[in-house]
Amino acid sequence: MAHEEINLTLQVWRQEGPKKSGKFETHVVRINTHMSFLEMLDVLNEQLNQQKKQPVAFEHDCREGICGSCSLVINGRPHGPMQGTTTCQLHMRHFNDGDTIWIEPYRAKAFPIIKDLVVDRSAFDRIIQAGGYVSVNTGGVPDGNAIPIELNTAKRAFEAATCIGCGACVAACPNASAMLFTSAKVSQLALLPQGRPESKQRVLNMISVMDKEGFGLCSNIGACEAECPKGISLENIALMNREYISANFASRRVPTK
Amino acid sequence: MKKLDAKIPPGPINEKWTKYRSTMPLVAPHNKIRMEVIVVGTGLAGASAAATLGELGYNVKCFTFHDSPRRAHSIAAQGGINAAKNYRNDGDSVYRLFYDTIKGGDYRAREANVYRLAEVSGNIIDQCVAQGVPFAREYGGLLDTRSFGGTQVQRTFYAAGQTGQQLLLGAYSALSRQISLGTVKMYNRHEMLDLVTIDGKARGIIARNLVSGKLERYGAHAVVLATGGYGNVYYLSTNAMGSNVSAAWQVHRRGAYFANPCFCQIHPTCIPVSGDYQSKLTLMSESLRNDGRVWVPKHIEDVEAIKTGKLKPENLAEDRRDYYLERIYPAFGNLVPRDVASRAAKNICDLGHGVGSSGLAVYLDFSSNMKRYGKSVATSKGKENASDAEIMTWGREVVKNKYGNLFEMYEKITGEDPYVTPMRIYPAIHYTMGGLWVDYNLETSIPGLFATGESNFSDHGANRLGASALMQGLADGYFVLPYTIGTFLAHEISTPKIDTNAPEFAAAENDVTIRINKLLSIKGNRSVESFHRELGVKIMWEYCGMARNEAGLLKARDLVRKLREEYWTNVNVPGTADEFNPELEKALRVADFIELAELMIVDALTRNESCGGHFREEYQEEGGETKRDDENYGYVAAWEFTGVGVDPQLHKEELVYENIKIALRNYK
Repeated sequence: MAHEEINLTLQVWRQEGPKKSGKFETHVVRINTHMSFLEMLDVLNEQLNQQKKQPVAFEHDCREGICGSCSLVINGRPHGPMQGTTTCQLHMRHFNDGDTIWIEPYRAKAFPIIKDLVVDRSAFDRIIQAGGYVSVNTGGVPDGNAIPIELNTAKRAFEAATCIGCGACVAACPNASAMLFTSAKVSQLALLPQGRPESKQRVLNMISVMDKEGFGLCSNIGACEAECPKGISLENIALMNREYISANFASRRVPTK
Repeated sequence: MKKLDAKIPPGPINEKWTKYRSTMPLVAPHNKIRMEVIVVGTGLAGASAAATLGELGYNVKCFTFHDSPRRAHSIAAQGGINAAKNYRNDGDSVYRLFYDTIKGGDYRAREANVYRLAEVSGNIIDQCVAQGVPFAREYGGLLDTRSFGGTQVQRTFYAAGQTGQQLLLGAYSALSRQISLGTVKMYNRHEMLDLVTIDGKARGIIARNLVSGKLERYGAHAVVLATGGYGNVYYLSTNAMGSNVSAAWQVHRRGAYFANPCFCQIHPTCIPVSGDYQSKLTLMSESLRNDGRVWVPKHIEDVEAIKTGKLKPENLAEDRRDYYLERIYPAFGNLVPRDVASRAAKNICDLGHGVGSSGLAVYLDFSSNMKRYGKSVATSKGKENASDAEIMTWGREVVKNKYGNLFEMYEKITGEDPYVTPMRIYPAIHYTMGGLWVDYNLETSIPGLFATGESNFSDHGANRLGASALMQGLADGYFVLPYTIGTFLAHEISTPKIDTNAPEFAAAENDVTIRINKLLSIKGNRSVESFHRELGVKIMWEYCGMARNEAGLLKARDLVRKLREEYWTNVNVPGTADEFNPELEKALRVADFIELAELMIVDALTRNESCGGHFREEYQEEGGETKRDDENYGYVAAWEFTGVGVDPQLHKEELVYENIKIALRNYK
């Protein structure tokens, strides 16, 4: 495979801390097109290190698209220009010599900036803590094959469960809504027989915490689905809405969180 | 000097755990609520342990350096999880899983621990299903399984190519529930930097709040490490960028023995290194070897023709391909254990048959199985006369359903379509069998300090079988540690809440402060990254990787010592201690990797035999198989820290095989 060298101009968001004001900083890098986007940032940081300057803080870990740590907005799009691709899986062969690339953090009220490109996404944890589980303790559960689950149902639950919790849906949404994230978990557990007993309480509690955390509402724009690196479907939001309405109408339950 | 006591319960192997569990000391509910336990790490082993301890009523404090517990590297495990359910009626049993694991580990694991692991394996599947983990299923709605290396039964449960993700999210959900109930207090973005011992017992940790940079003290009656493996000592590995040895290394420095550090697993099917800038390697799941066939061109002229682009590998005639695993190991074929497959790949590349620009790759080819599946679809559709193209399209669909995400991942990285052109793969560091020495209770040589999952050494000997890491992590966390920790805590019920103002806490915090200030004050000329890369790629992979020999190891030890000296005089760590500072985090981790590297080399030098992933070139059978020396090296090497740059002290735990006849490992 040809390894081509290209020159890029980077406009990188720099912000020292949550209360500081930030600005774009310009850097020029010469890189190899076979690198990943994050390896390109490694090159920039090595360059900054040589100049005894502060490296750019960005979040990353597995670098294979599954941990959900990486979180950049690249040229205005969460995780960059490629469909179904996390930032860490984005390779530089999709860019051209002489390109200018704008790199920003996710921007949402519920995701405050910690430093540079790093944001605090712990609100997602709190949504899960509100009910994104089946209330079973370890031990004393039935045999794994005791309840057969229809293949397609299992598949749909699995597809919803593949959400990596990266927050691209929030960053893509003009309302900074977390409906896609929340609905993925609600759907997974609502589809499976193991999740049914608590489904009403779950959806009420998770939506209540979602609202409290400062995420916006859904106005059916669909940017979340378009930018989701894992292709989580909008159908999950529809399913969650049905669950929510039925929980509100059909029961006397109120959110307990 | 302390004697190593593995505390293996007496009695026949199949009764040990049941009897022990029924007679071990317990902590009553009213005492549990007064007892505090620290769990460090939120991967499969940590999240499951923290959740279960919380359910039992303990007061748990749980720590991760990540921004969320769900980011732990267990999330990236792909292929599956083993369990002796025998749902397939193919002759599986607890004994067979036990036997396969001991044999796969090249007879260097502890029988009693492995048997217990096999015993509880079935419970894990039940537990995960109850949590809503969406495993792959058959048309009838029951759970599906597939094959993995080193076995002849199909006992691997899976969720497409992202089983680790689904299991971890299950454990994370159980943990989240306990957090919401207040039994677990979660500390995200907190990195453990030291262990605090009081009167010889583990009583707390010093953690750095990674957002504020402040050092914080946390006390508990017992401490559990579930901090993963140390594969990143090689810089390039399939581990996540943040995976590190620091917690385990710090407790080693405080007196916990480190066992078999030279036992590292090199996974045969990873995407090959493509350039010097590369930051990590990506695994292609072992499950692919179910349907993928490994080959290289039989003739050197074809190797050349492919390299120069004159010939496409998919067009090379069948009789000009060498399916070398099927040829050398007919009984297990492409599903030999990882160490065997990796060495075979290295050997065939060393003979000049390797493909790709570097010559360091072999093909993993799905075409013959796509064809087979396609034909079966044709039959079920009643289309006996389907064209080859139609057959391949249907076959492609079947393969896509099984491994779609892996194929996509490969395509994104390499820019090649693996449905058409066979994947290029090469071995890479993936897992570490060595780790903190633990007894049957999973307690280290420091009382009150436990280690679970990959961070301990106990179950996989010198080579781990595929789909067994997930099994071990969850077995330890859900079904073993929550019981065995009671053997320690039952004697602590009158110990009051640990006072973090104790001088031991102040001393440990001071040690950490000194280390951090030292690193920040050097202001040298090289980045942390450059040291890490040199350590991993230039020294460890070169001399302590897939093949090792005495001369190379001696040289490596010398190089590591020089690198350590340079590190502490020439590293540049920008920024300050009191801020969010990823460079400082990395600097602390790399300092520990450098110290660990020397221990690994010493261990590899001392073990004058080849076994599992540890291949000493001086000790090989004809045909390049490992040559074990059971008489002299049938032991666990547990190393005691005696100072930086000083020879560590070796303690031996002799391995006794009462239930399995120790034999030459044969996969032919």
